[in-house]
Amino acid sequence: MPQRPPYLSVALISGAALAYEILLMRLFSIIQWHHFSYMIIGLALLGYGFSGTVISVFQRWLQAHFTFVYLACLLLFGLTSVTSFMLAQAIPFNAEMILWDSHQLVYLLLIFLLLSLPFFFAATAICLAFMQYRGQVSRIYAWDLAGAGMGSLAVIGLLFAVFPQYALLVIAVLGLLAFLVASMELRLKQLKVTLVVLGAASMLLALAAANLDLQLSPYKGLPQTLRISGTEVIEQDSSPFGLISIVDSKTIPFRYAPGLSLASTEEPLPQVGIFTDGDNMTVITKAVDDQSKLTYMDQVTSALPYHLVDPASVLIVGAGGGTDILQALYHSTPVIDAVELNPQLIDIVGHRYSDFNGALYQRHGVNVHAGDVRGFLSRNQKKYDLIQLSLMDAFNASASGLYALNEDYLYTVEALQLYLDHLTPGGYLALTRWVKMPPRDTLKLFATAIDALKLQGVENSSDRLALIRSWQTSTLLIRNGAIKNDAVEKISKFSESRSFDVAYAPGMPPSKDSYNQLPQPWFQTGTAALLSDARDQYIDDYKFDLKPAIDDRPYFHHFTKWTSLPEIFRLRDRGGMSLIEWGYIVLVMTLLVAAALSVVLITLPLRFLPRLSGEAKVTVSKTRVILYFLLIGVAFLFMEIAFMQKFILFLHHPLYSFAVTLTAFLVFAGLGSNLSANWSRRYSRRTILKGSLAGIVIIGLSYLLLLDELFVWLSSTPIFYKILLTILLVSPLALLMGMPFPLALSSLAENAQVLIPWAWGINGCASVISASLATLLAIHIGFSAVIFIAVLLYASVLFVYPSPERTI
Amino acid sequence: MKLLPAHIELLAPLLMAVFAAVSVPSLADDPTESARMELIRIIEEDVRQTSLELNKAELDPRVMKALARVPRHKFVPLEEKTYAYENRPLPIGHGQTISQPYIVAIMTDMLNLKPDSKVLELGTGSGYQAAILGELAGEVYTIEIVEPLGLLAKDRLQQLGYKNVITKVGDGYYGWEEHAPFDAIIVTAAASHIPPPLIKQLKPGGRMVIPVGSRFMTQQLLTVDKRADNKVVSRQVMPVVFVPVTGRH
Repeated sequence: MPQRPPYLSVALISGAALAYEILLMRLFSIIQWHHFSYMIIGLALLGYGFSGTVISVFQRWLQAHFTFVYLACLLLFGLTSVTSFMLAQAIPFNAEMILWDSHQLVYLLLIFLLLSLPFFFAATAICLAFMQYRGQVSRIYAWDLAGAGMGSLAVIGLLFAVFPQYALLVIAVLGLLAFLVASMELRLKQLKVTLVVLGAASMLLALAAANLDLQLSPYKGLPQTLRISGTEVIEQDSSPFGLISIVDSKTIPFRYAPGLSLASTEEPLPQVGIFTDGDNMTVITKAVDDQSKLTYMDQVTSALPYHLVDPASVLIVGAGGGTDILQALYHSTPVIDAVELNPQLIDIVGHRYSDFNGALYQRHGVNVHAGDVRGFLSRNQKKYDLIQLSLMDAFNASASGLYALNEDYLYTVEALQLYLDHLTPGGYLALTRWVKMPPRDTLKLFATAIDALKLQGVENSSDRLALIRSWQTSTLLIRNGAIKNDAVEKISKFSESRSFDVAYAPGMPPSKDSYNQLPQPWFQTGTAALLSDARDQYIDDYKFDLKPAIDDRPYFHHFTKWTSLPEIFRLRDRGGMSLIEWGYIVLVMTLLVAAALSVVLITLPLRFLPRLSGEAKVTVSKTRVILYFLLIGVAFLFMEIAFMQKFILFLHHPLYSFAVTLTAFLVFAGLGSNLSANWSRRYSRRTILKGSLAGIVIIGLSYLLLLDELFVWLSSTPIFYKILLTILLVSPLALLMGMPFPLALSSLAENAQVLIPWAWGINGCASVISASLATLLAIHIGFSAVIFIAVLLYASVLFVYPSPERTI
Repeated sequence: MKLLPAHIELLAPLLMAVFAAVSVPSLADDPTESARMELIRIIEEDVRQTSLELNKAELDPRVMKALARVPRHKFVPLEEKTYAYENRPLPIGHGQTISQPYIVAIMTDMLNLKPDSKVLELGTGSGYQAAILGELAGEVYTIEIVEPLGLLAKDRLQQLGYKNVITKVGDGYYGWEEHAPFDAIIVTAAASHIPPPLIKQLKPGGRMVIPVGSRFMTQQLLTVDKRADNKVVSRQVMPVVFVPVTGRH
């Protein structure tokens, strides 16, 4: 057995595994919806925990056949990464039927078992390396983390270059490469066998490559649209922002005009449909000479501000297919700035379809900027007469698979303040959303607006707000200044002629709905209550969570109150299904299932471990092992996830921020692990641990207190320096965070080596639990609290360090 | 062995039981009948509990009779037949569903159909809703945009003898000009807005019902009423009794 551990193959497999995780989230967001992909992939990561259990029980045999098993695991990762996905997508899982059809749970279980296999193999390989090369645990772990860091960066780049289903093949090849590299690192004599096996595996993959078409759930918008004869996908594009499908319809036009007035007689213009991840349709509108054909753009609630002010400049958040830009042009706005996150979408609308849409982005006064809106606004001082945010939900990095679920930084109190800061005096911020029954986000947004105004120093927000709605959409206006009586008149007129209802306008007595009647005038009573002194009572009494989201707790789309759940659950068969907030329920289910399975996975080996330990002069307290590895597993992920979110407030761009912070965390933690190995030559492990934990606590608390200020102070720094600073800030923390795990593991390697796989499994289980637990906590108490808890956990870990105890 | 009276005493009930088991299927007209009745009972119970929301303690008895008559199991694919009389939506292929019977009952009731009503349906799907409409109204015109589904439904409705239901495959955006105006219109096909031509084809005093939500979960039921003066008013109702706020607000 060569003395040098197979560092490179460990790094490769670890990178491939993390890349696979991220890619799976992307793939499942395309074929299903991202809530269930979060659950499926979250649970699949229990493959790590599972490997710990299996190795614990069979460790003698596995260690005796190390080379074979190690290589087999790498190879099997390569193969199962593709086959597991292919089989998983063939399973007819239908998320919406889950409360009606118990088979769906079986399907879900099957999918998660299939997908846990590749992670199982990757984790087994790494753990066996720890056991085989007991003396160099810290260094192996360093390569493991560094590899993972590179993997996360690489997969994002990969997703720009190839379609996600082919990125899958790249990852499989990476697994095969790890196999090849390992056989060289382990100085394998039977090179011919290796090559033959490699050849066979490659052929299998090549076969699979022919069958990698993505099978979307038949209930997603894109497959539904394609059933209409004459529609076909004419182009597809892919990036970490999503899979874009451009659809043309030869026989039956799209006619997409959400929120069109009931009084309208117009029909929308010809359109080309754009789907993102098989859903969320938006359209590119055909250019016509006859401007009067565009009047339907004036028959929607979002057109209201154009009737109150003649904007000299407008900022459109989320250019999409260009509809809002077209609306602004229809109202003859001279300067139109638009921000769009997805660069491919900008290219499609701005270049590839510019003939179709009459060179929309090249029109005089139109400027489209790639990126996110908060970054855009923090970098420039421009002020607008109108800022239009219409029917938009933020891209959140969860769709690209990075520990996120539903964070939305577009609708927090701080975000609204930012928009208001960029309004000219008398300018309007217009926020249009879909109307949900019973009212949820409209009222929540109203409450958020009131809070934002209060923080701007506006005591009487009631004269700066107006809310109108149709049965489908609502538009909330916030003015930089009071809305005068003549404007209120215009609001009335606009609404009346289009059969919209005015839910709130300054000076208007609350009226019943005339055009879109509800059983109770909830929008009127709601807005009135939120503006009154009884606001807190109202929010308490409301059965959905109307508390405004803030940057520390950016969950605008979270509505579930635990107190309402029994009633909602009881009503599910009587038409109450849509009251359930799936994202939250899935999160809680993921946590519960992960916790339950973890208990099994962690306690199962306990039967076998004493037998394996045999006659040992030193023992290690098993309770301490469980506590230690659980706590540091949870604390590590809490810190990582919470800081990843915090840095979004600095770097702004959700995807790039995630990529930078995640990679920095992993790479520097790896460096830290390596450093701890060097330091162990001079200091005792316990001393190093004490030092690192103290450092983590100090840095963690300092960041908690200072980072927010720092971010505000440096908000207009160019992005390049911001990235450097992020790396600089993350590095010391991550460096120290990378030490507790390898320190304890190398201690076990020395004193109780049979416990290594068990500790590895415990750590694996902890990371699955902590991912959903972190999000759950963040939803209720915010990310700062999550960081604080992590600091406390790190502080307490010293007391459960599994140090060796002498047996009598 | 001779048959003793004791044996006959034992044998007789046994023989009767066997006879009964064998003959019961032929005694009942239709094994699905009892399942259908059970479904009706569940829906009626649900409506009674929902009554606060829908302003009535029970649905139009004609509607319930129609639901009792229409053989829902004939409208679902083979693999779903076991669930045909459960109170839930079912996939019918081509990415579409047959609605939850409870929702069908409420929507049909909201249409206020009379024996001489002329109804337009957009989104035939399985044809189940059309059949229910056929039981209640004078003339039913139904349009389906997905060809295979539309043809299947047409066939099915013909076979079941719904002569007053006319099906066509096509784009429903412009309604069905030749047979307009309609007393009632039901739109189960997804659309981003209510097509203006449909509103035009609604008679004054007529009503449109539109379920809003995903294929499996109805979020709200929209009704559009055209008044005598041609003014159009929409009402939004949830298919569930749920008041979003406790206390006196």
